[in-house]
Amino acid sequence: MALKKLGAQTTKLENPPSVVSYYSIVGPKEGEGPLKDYFDLILEDDLWGQDSWEKAESKIQEECIKLAIDKGGLSSEGIDYLIAGDLINQITPSSYSARQLAIPYYGVFGACSTMTQSLSIGAMLIDGGFADNIACAVSSHFSTAERQFRFPLEYGNQRKMSAQWTVTGAGATIISSFGNGPYIKHITTGKIIDPGITDAANMGSAMAPAAIDTLICHFQDTGLAPSYYDLILSGDLGYVGKDIVIDLMKKKGYDLSKNYTDCGVEIFDKSEQDTHAGGSGCACSATVYNSYVFKEMAKGKYTKVLLMSTGALHSTMSTQQGESIPGIAHAVAIENTKE
Amino acid sequence: MDKLNKNDYKKYVDKKVPKPTYLRNMIMAFLVGGTFCTIGQIITNILKSNGLDKDMAAAGTSISMVFIGALLTGLGLYDKIGKVGGAGAAIPITGFANSIVAPAMEYKREGFIFGVAAKMFTVAGPVLVYGIGSSVIIGLITLLLR
Amino acid sequence: MEYIKAFIVGGLICIIGQIILDNTKFTPAHLLLTFLLSGVVLGALGLYQPLVDFAGAGASIPISGFGNSLAKGAIKGANEKALIGAFTGGIEATGAGVAAIILFGYTMAVIFNPKTKD
Repeated sequence: MALKKLGAQTTKLENPPSVVSYYSIVGPKEGEGPLKDYFDLILEDDLWGQDSWEKAESKIQEECIKLAIDKGGLSSEGIDYLIAGDLINQITPSSYSARQLAIPYYGVFGACSTMTQSLSIGAMLIDGGFADNIACAVSSHFSTAERQFRFPLEYGNQRKMSAQWTVTGAGATIISSFGNGPYIKHITTGKIIDPGITDAANMGSAMAPAAIDTLICHFQDTGLAPSYYDLILSGDLGYVGKDIVIDLMKKKGYDLSKNYTDCGVEIFDKSEQDTHAGGSGCACSATVYNSYVFKEMAKGKYTKVLLMSTGALHSTMSTQQGESIPGIAHAVAIENTKE
Repeated sequence: MDKLNKNDYKKYVDKKVPKPTYLRNMIMAFLVGGTFCTIGQIITNILKSNGLDKDMAAAGTSISMVFIGALLTGLGLYDKIGKVGGAGAAIPITGFANSIVAPAMEYKREGFIFGVAAKMFTVAGPVLVYGIGSSVIIGLITLLLR
Repeated sequence: MEYIKAFIVGGLICIIGQIILDNTKFTPAHLLLTFLLSGVVLGALGLYQPLVDFAGAGASIPISGFGNSLAKGAIKGANEKALIGAFTGGIEATGAGVAAIILFGYTMAVIFNPKTKD
C-alpha cells in the first residue's frame, strides 16, 4: 500500500525532511544580475583555473557540494547519498564531481528539472527511513551547454528572441531527517507533456504545458489553492513560458498573477544583460532556490514555497531527427513549519 | 496533448514569442555585409594595381578575405560582429571562414585530429559537399548539352 | 563609384539573407548553403556573372559568388577538358579560397582559444 501517496501524482511526506544546508556558486554574468547579493560564491572567471569548461563545471559542482556540507557543519562521511545531475552527455560533470567526494552516488538526468527531481528522490529516501542526510546537487555551464546544444562560442550567429541563456553555476541542498526546517512537505512528480514544439530555441513554450500539468495536479491532489503559497517558482520557463503559464492557468481557473514567477526571469536583467527570453539550465533554478529562496525563507519573508524546476528532455540528435521537445516539471512544496 | 491541440498551441505560442527587430536587423545586415564587400573591393583594386590579372586578383581577394574572417574569429571579434550584423556577417566569405575557425577552436581540447581537424568542417563540410558536388553535376550537364 | 556599387549590392544580398533568418528557423549554416546553391544555379544559367561584372566584390564576396565561381569553373573545365574538366573545373576555380580556409582555419585554431560570451 502506498500509504504516503496523495491523489494521482503527489506524495505527502509523513516525516518531512528538513533543508539543513544549501550553497550556490555562479559565474560572472549571473554575479552581475539582480540576485547577486544572494549567491554564496561568484566566480570571476568561468574556467576557474581548469583547462576545459567541462572540467570547470565539474569543479563548480564539487566545490558547491563540499561547501554546502561544510556550511551545515557536516562531513562527507555523514552524507548517506549524493543525488546529482547536469546537462552534459552522460552527466559526466556530476560523475567526475562525485569521483572526488566518496559519497554513495546516484546520477540523475532530468535536464533543467534535475534540482527538484533530486530533491524529490532525496526527500522520499529520507522519509522512507533509508537515509538521514542526503546531498542534492546540480550544475550547468553556459559554455558547455552552448557547444553541446547550439553553436561554437566564436560562431557569429544571432540568438533568437525566444532563446534563453544557460546559467553557469551550481546549487547544492543538504536535506536531513533532523533539522529545524524549512521542511519538504509535498512532492508532485510530473508526467512528460509534449506540446509538439520542435524549435530548440523556444524551450519556454515547450516546457510550459508540463509546468501547467504538474501545477494543476498538485492543487488537485493536495486540495490547496495557489494562494496557499507565498511564492510559486518555476525553473527556467523564461519570459515566454511564464507568460504562457499565467495565461493558460487563468483559463483553467487558477490565478497565479500575484505570487508566481520564474527563476529564468529573475536571475538576469533582461534589458541590461541581453539574455533575450531569460535564463535556463539546471543551475538556473538551483542557484535561485539555494540562495534567494532559502535565505528569504530563513528571514521569514516566505513561509510556504512551491518550487518546480522544468526540463526539456530532448537532445541534439532527437531535434535533428525532427522529434518534438518533451517537457517535464517536478514540484516540491517547502514550508517553514512541520505541521 | 492531442494533434489538434498541438496545432492550436503552436499558433498560440507564435503569438507569444517576441518578434525580432526586423528593420534594425536589416539595416545592420546591409551595413555589415556592405562593409565586408567594400573591403573586398579595396583589396581587389590594390592587387590589380600591382599587376595581377582579373582571375589572380579574384583569387588573392578570396585568400585575403578568408584570412580576415579567420583572424577576427581567432581574436574573438567575429561572434560580436555576427551578433550585430546577422546575415551581413554570415553571407560574405568571411562568414564562411568564421564557420570553420569557430568549431576548430572550440574542439581543440578534444585533440588535433578528431577535435580541430574533424570539427572544422561541421558547417563548412556541407557547404563544400553541396558546392563542389553541384559544380561537378553542372560540368557533366555542360558536356551532355554540348 | 566602384566601392559604392560593391557596398550597396553586397549589402542588399545580405538583407535578403537577414529577411530569411528572421522569418524562418534557418541557422547561419542553412543560410550559407542556400546562398551557395543559389549562386551555383544562377551561375550555371549565366545570370550571376552580370552582377559580378556590375558590382565586383559586392557580388563575389558573398558566398553566392563562391557558388558562381564553382559553376563557371565547371562549365569552363567541361568545355576545355571534357569529362576530366567537368570534375576538376569547379575546384580549380575556387581552390585558392578553399586552401586558404583550411590553412588559416587550422592555424587560428592552434593559436587562439575560444572565449566565453558575456
